[in-house]
Amino acid sequence: MAYPSDLKYTKDHEWIRISGDTAEIGITDFAQQQLGDVVYVDLPEAGRTITAGDTFGSIESVKAVSELFAPMSGEVVDVNQQLKDRPETVNSDPHGTWMLKVRLADPGAAGALLDSRQYEELIKSS
Amino acid sequence: MVPFAGWDMPVEYSGITNEHMAVRTRAGVFDVSHMGEIEIAGKNAAAAVQQILCNDASGLQVGQAQYTGLLTPDGTFLDDMLVYRMAPSHFMLVANASNAAKDFAWINEQVKAVGDAAAVDTSSRYALIAIQGPAAREVLQPLTGVDLDDLKYYWFGHGEVAAARATISRTGYTGEDGFEVFVPPNMADAVWQALLQSGRSADVVPCGLGARDTLRLEAAMRLYGNDIDETTTPLEADLGWIVGWKKDAFIGRDRLVDQKQKGVSRKLVGFEMLDRGIARHGYPIMHGDQRAGVVTSGTQTPFLKKAIGMAYVPVHMAAHGSEIDIDVRGRLSKARVVALPFYKRT
Repeated sequence: MAYPSDLKYTKDHEWIRISGDTAEIGITDFAQQQLGDVVYVDLPEAGRTITAGDTFGSIESVKAVSELFAPMSGEVVDVNQQLKDRPETVNSDPHGTWMLKVRLADPGAAGALLDSRQYEELIKSS
Repeated sequence: MVPFAGWDMPVEYSGITNEHMAVRTRAGVFDVSHMGEIEIAGKNAAAAVQQILCNDASGLQVGQAQYTGLLTPDGTFLDDMLVYRMAPSHFMLVANASNAAKDFAWINEQVKAVGDAAAVDTSSRYALIAIQGPAAREVLQPLTGVDLDDLKYYWFGHGEVAAARATISRTGYTGEDGFEVFVPPNMADAVWQALLQSGRSADVVPCGLGARDTLRLEAAMRLYGNDIDETTTPLEADLGWIVGWKKDAFIGRDRLVDQKQKGVSRKLVGFEMLDRGIARHGYPIMHGDQRAGVVTSGTQTPFLKKAIGMAYVPVHMAAHGSEIDIDVRGRLSKARVVALPFYKRT
């Protein structure tokens, strides 16, 4: 699967889609492949703040549990409720399945993240 | 691929859920050649088996297999295994890969003590391919002259499978009907390919360690190293039915008789999560702020579609319907004790 060039990526395998001062956050195709069948996504509620580099939730597959790390800081404005009943969409459409929508504290901080080419290099070497 | 007891084994081929569902609804093929084989033969072989293994094998016919335990003198599990009666004085034990060397060293010593019998580690002589699921019989039958309808559950026969010399056993680790086929290692690939080819129209899939674990857990089959080990007895593991109480002597008997009289203080139970999340191996069972027990196995089951597991709990918490608290990574989550197995084929 191709890594969309309109997304930014973290070394922890999250992606972020920024438009203006808001952004959507999800996990990458590489991450869902490593996890296998996702059965449960534990996310914060709207109104909570998340901090770049810190844990904001967890994701469980049949075989493992893994923490989710915030690519950028901000306030959670929406949570994808469909993931409660259909967590498997993380597997089937990883880059189209957002988990959180966030109002960014500092949209300019995106420069510290990886672009799609850098991310592809990262997963090639791992 | 993951390293497993000295073998490189695939966790999954097409995904744990897909493989699990295939076995419950059609069939799946597993390469379980890592399992260890130990054979005991000689004039006193039957006596040695009766002394070394906890189940009563006296009624075991030639061609029949039995689930049993290899116990320490303390009555705890060195391993769990199947024993096959190959001939009146010839038995084959099929042991967990991670324990096979330890088992053989122990068994060899005990067989020598009994005398007039010998134990041989024959693990390298067998590959083991399993086909499991409701379609297993119709997929395997075209490949062999052995009439599979004549093989009852936990019986085995000899013949050929896809031109390989084979022992076919109607056993498995999934809770489904199915077969385990012992073949020479150099024929393993041919048998594997033949089964997948024969199963193509039934959409049979290859299955890895991941589905093997979720399937066996739904069927509440114990996994050595998780649910049973050298600290737990058959009574604590709720496996009293594999103890040959009528036998005068076997290794571990005194401890088990004592434990049966006094009653166990903890017991392996099944649970279903009431709160969201999966309670996994090693998570504590809490009673107030005290640690009262431990989860031994846990997963989200693809077929039953709920989070289940097994745990050791104090007997006062073991009744079906009891609610228990599990520490899921720092968060107390509720679960309910339920009857085992979680899944039973109809």
